[in-house]
Parts: sequence; structure tokens; C-alpha cells
Amino acid sequence: MTVAVDTDLALELRGVSKQYPGTDTAAVSGVDLQIRRGEFVTFLGPSGSGKTTTLNMIAGFISPTAGEIVLHGRNIADLPPHQRNLGMVFQNYALFPHMSVWDNVAFPLVERKYPKDQIRERVRAALEMVNLTGFEKRRPRELSGGQQQRVALTRALVFDPPILLMDEPLSALDKKLRQRLQLEIKRVHREVGITFLFVTHDQEEAMALSDRVVVFDQGRIEQVGTPDELYRRPATRFVAEFLGDSNLIEGKLVERDGATALATPECQIPLPDWPGGREAPSGDEHCVMFRPEDVKVLPADDEGAACRGTVRDVVYLGSEQRVIVTTETGREVTVRTGGETTGIPGVGGTVGLRFSASNAWLIPTGG
Amino acid sequence: MLKLAQQTTRRLRGIHLAIPLLVLLVAFFAIPVLELVRRSFLDPDGALTLQSYGDFLGTPAYRTILFRTFFVAVVCTVTCLLFAYPYAYLMTLAGPRLRRALLVLVLLPFWTSLMVRTYAWLVLLQDTGPIKAVLAAIGLEQVHLIRNTTGVVIGMAQILLPFMVLPLYNNLQKIERSDLLAAQSMGATPVRAFWRVYFPQSLPGLFAGSVLVFILALGFYITPVILGSPQNSMMSQLIVRQVTERLDWASGGAMAVVLAVLTLVFVGLMSRVVNVQQAFGGTVDKK
Repeated sequence: MTVAVDTDLALELRGVSKQYPGTDTAAVSGVDLQIRRGEFVTFLGPSGSGKTTTLNMIAGFISPTAGEIVLHGRNIADLPPHQRNLGMVFQNYALFPHMSVWDNVAFPLVERKYPKDQIRERVRAALEMVNLTGFEKRRPRELSGGQQQRVALTRALVFDPPILLMDEPLSALDKKLRQRLQLEIKRVHREVGITFLFVTHDQEEAMALSDRVVVFDQGRIEQVGTPDELYRRPATRFVAEFLGDSNLIEGKLVERDGATALATPECQIPLPDWPGGREAPSGDEHCVMFRPEDVKVLPADDEGAACRGTVRDVVYLGSEQRVIVTTETGREVTVRTGGETTGIPGVGGTVGLRFSASNAWLIPTGG
Repeated sequence: MLKLAQQTTRRLRGIHLAIPLLVLLVAFFAIPVLELVRRSFLDPDGALTLQSYGDFLGTPAYRTILFRTFFVAVVCTVTCLLFAYPYAYLMTLAGPRLRRALLVLVLLPFWTSLMVRTYAWLVLLQDTGPIKAVLAAIGLEQVHLIRNTTGVVIGMAQILLPFMVLPLYNNLQKIERSDLLAAQSMGATPVRAFWRVYFPQSLPGLFAGSVLVFILALGFYITPVILGSPQNSMMSQLIVRQVTERLDWASGGAMAVVLAVLTLVFVGLMSRVVNVQQAFGGTVDKK
């Protein structure tokens, strides 16, 4: 069989599946994915969604029951991990506690039998890139969590692998440090220019880091796209709910005054000039997504209100606040407002809601 | 100053909990041992002398026994290690139920009498026993498994095995399995990953088990008596003979002291290589 080599392609998964013996459902089923050179791709999903299993199949720690894993035009599905030449950062870093920082970073070079002077030069340069010069003789346990993380990153990159795999490397750290290290990982990605494959269950982290995000659920890929695509145009309800807050409103699409509107028992949401209206046949039940920032709170008697509701909760978040409104039929709508608090009554007050049509998104049927 | 005083009080608080054991140790261990040491330096008339030490170290037959004792202890330690390492490793891989079963199997010998087990070996290893029959069937009639050092090593190694398995397992279960995966992801073959990453991390447990087995093996008595022969006797047998048959407390004491000093020197050397407290499962001292 000849394999068409696309030089822009770093890694391709073709129908990759994993079924453990004695189980009914596959851990991963039929994953197809193409990753370009230099891309930062994140596998995002809840635990048990198959994202880590897929990463481990790429790394070679788990062998797929079906499918091909093609690295630069070559199927590596049957290669043992040590022949795959992929860098990997583990969730617990897996730094070798009996070795110094220097020996940890030199490990992959020693295993590859690099000449001594080259090892010395490379390790020195690599430690310099992550500002760890001066820590060479320390043992991993004598370093802070962030420093350990940087050693793990350096060690996985020092032998110039074509792809770096990262398995939830920031999940053990506190939020401040996590955000700082996210920036650092992005910087390293820019500097080394290789493909990064990152696994996380944290959707904010996925959006902050990635060129593209692959959303996993129940062993399958739900959607692949840029963070903006996933946020603005989710393919399924699962993606809409997993990434950020969303208001999913089900109703019939109707024509009103020559424009499309979404009709629910308690609301008439006018959606003028809405591209989604042209795709969906009128009269049927549809699910339309509005992000919290696309909903406005109005005074209860405002003419422009699509429907009315009761304020159930106001969550103050500093630069913004989240208002949760319950409509007459008990539907919960989340509204994100700017810092201004005027015009928003306290809990129990009645308000009107206006939905912005321009960012409304029709969840495809069946999703 | 006040803080220091408080710390000292805090450290000493609860000392009374250890008093019963301390009393026992002093009365039945420290005093008899010191008495034995004292007698080893006295001649029959009660005058101070090094005669007993001179006799012991100056007699070739005794030196042979001392050397044999250390040799048997080393062979026992290595034998235990070769059997215990894969076993302890398997325990770390096993699921909870299999692990418990494996642990019980190791501890089982602890619950049966040493004497019973040694006689069981006698039955198995004797010239009319089943193992000998198998060896004879494959043409090894000349091999004798009893009344010699081979029998002693077999019996002792089996009895000492738990002392190797337990410290090793305690160490191995703390080693992260992801370290092995990490090593492989960085280009090490599984075998290289084991020797460069896993094995060095198991050294504390390996040393701890070895020290335990080695020291216990040096003092073994019943097993060499039953499975060995007087021609192949070990230090403990020699000491017992001096004291019970010849009523020569001085030379028996001298032999015991030499054995004890050599053992302490050995442990001292080992503790330079490895943190013994850590190896026995103590917490690592934070700097």
C-alpha cells in the first residue's frame, strides 16, 4: 500500500480504536484526525472521554485495536514507544528522583548515544531556554512545582522530537501558576516551532493555548476546530455546554414581520438577518444557542424585551457579573453583563431579556 | 531559650511509654551481653587477658568456620535477592486481591514454627526424598542436598525470604511506574529503562533487605544443625559447643564478640551507602 505523503502533515489518525477485552463499549472508537506541522492541538474532554487513551496510543503505551497512526507518512501503530521519537510530558512529570536536573535532561541524549560534548552543549542551551541555569545539580524534589514542570518540558524537547505530547501537565498546579506556565508553554511552542499535542479537561486552558481543539466525548471526536469556532459554532449540544456557559433555547422557527423569530411558550425572540434562519426550515423544533454575553437584561416594561423573568442569582465577578434569570416557564437563562450594575434589580426582581441575533447559533439537528 | 526548653519537654513527653521495653532490654539483653563481653576478657582465674581472642583468631579451624559463616550468609543473601526481586516486582503490578494473596504467601512461613519448616526441608532434601529422586532420574545421583552447605543455604534462604521481600516491596511500590514510560518515551528500551531508572530507585530497599537477611543469616543455629553437618558447622554452632560442651564462657564470648563486631562494621559500611531509616519505610528527613 502506498501512502500519500502530505509534507504539511505531522500526524494523522485513521480510524483509531481501542477496545479493552471484556468491555462492551470502546474506550476510543474510530478516531480520524489530521494534525499539521507546528500546530498546537489540544484534546479536550471530560474524564473517560478517550482523550488520554488516544494520546497514549500515539505515544505507544497503549496499542490500538484498529486503525493507523501515521507519523510523517509512516504507520507507527506497531512501533514500541522508544522507537517513536516523540517527546512526552507526564501528568506527574515523571522526573527521575535519583537523578539531578542535568542528568534528567541529558537522559534522552545519552540513550541516543550522542557524543559527550554535544550532550553538554545541548543540555546547557536547553536549560538556559527555560531559565533553569544554576539548577543543574539539584534533585527534582528540591524544585518548586513550576520548576519541575519546566524540567519535564525541557527533557521532552532536548532531543528535537517532531511532536511533543503533554498529558494534563498543569492539572496539579494552582490557578496563578497554571496561567503563568500556560504562557510559558505557548512561548516555548513559538520558539521550537514543532507540533504540540496537549491533553486537558479544562476548557479555558484548551482555549487559551490551542490553534485547534479536538473535543472528545464517550470515545469519539465530537468536534475539531479553532477555539473561536468551537465557542461560536459548536457542532453539538455537548460541545456547546462543555465549552463556556451557554443558553440553549428550544423552540419553533417562525416568520414574523418578514423576519425569522424563535418562538417558545414564553418568548418570541426576533432574529432579524440571522443566517441560521435560512438553513433551518420554519415550523420545526430547533435548538438555538446564545452565549451569556449575547443576552441583555432590560427593565421589565421595556418594549424590546423578548421575554420576562425573575432574577434568581447575581454573581459578582469583578470586571463582570453573571445574572441568572428564570423565565415564566422555569427556563434558566444566564446573562453576562459588564461592570455596570444599573438597571439590574436584586434577587427576586422582574426583568426583561433581549437576545442578540448576530451571534445566535443553530445547533445542528441530531447534535 | 524558652522555646528550646519547650522543645526538649515536648520531645521527652511520652517517654514513659517506652519504659517497659527499656527495662526488658536492659535486664535481659544489655546486662547478659555485657557480662559475656566481660567474661571474654578473663582467664579461668579471673585475670584480665586477651587469650580467648588469640586462641580464636589463631586457630585455623575456627577461622575457617568464621569464613564459612560469612560465605553462607552472602550466598543466602544473594539467593534471597534473586528470588525476592521478581516476586516483589510482581506484587507491585498485581491487582489488590492478587497482591494480598502474594503477601500472605510470603508471611505464611512466619506463622509456622522454624523447627517444623526445617524438618520439612529435611524430609524433602534427604537422600531418600522426592527432590533427590528427581535429580537421580536426570542423572545427578552424586549431588547431595543435605548434611552440607547446600542444604543449609536452601533451608536458610527459604526462611529468610520474607525479610528480603517485605523491605523490597515497600520500596518498589513507591516507584512511579510512569518513570518507566517516561524513560521509554525518551528512547530507552524497556530493559535500559529498568536498569537506568527503576533499579537505582530500588537500591534502598534492596540494601535494607540484604542487611537484614545477611545479619540474620550470620546468627542462624537450628537450620545449620538440622540440615548441615558438624564438619560444616557455622559460628553459632561453634559458640554453642564452647559454652555448653566445654563450659568455656571466655572463648564462646570472644567468638560472639568478634562476630558481633564484624556484623556492626558491615552494617556501618552499608549505612554509608544507603539511608537505612528510609529503606525501612521511615519518612524522608526534610532538609
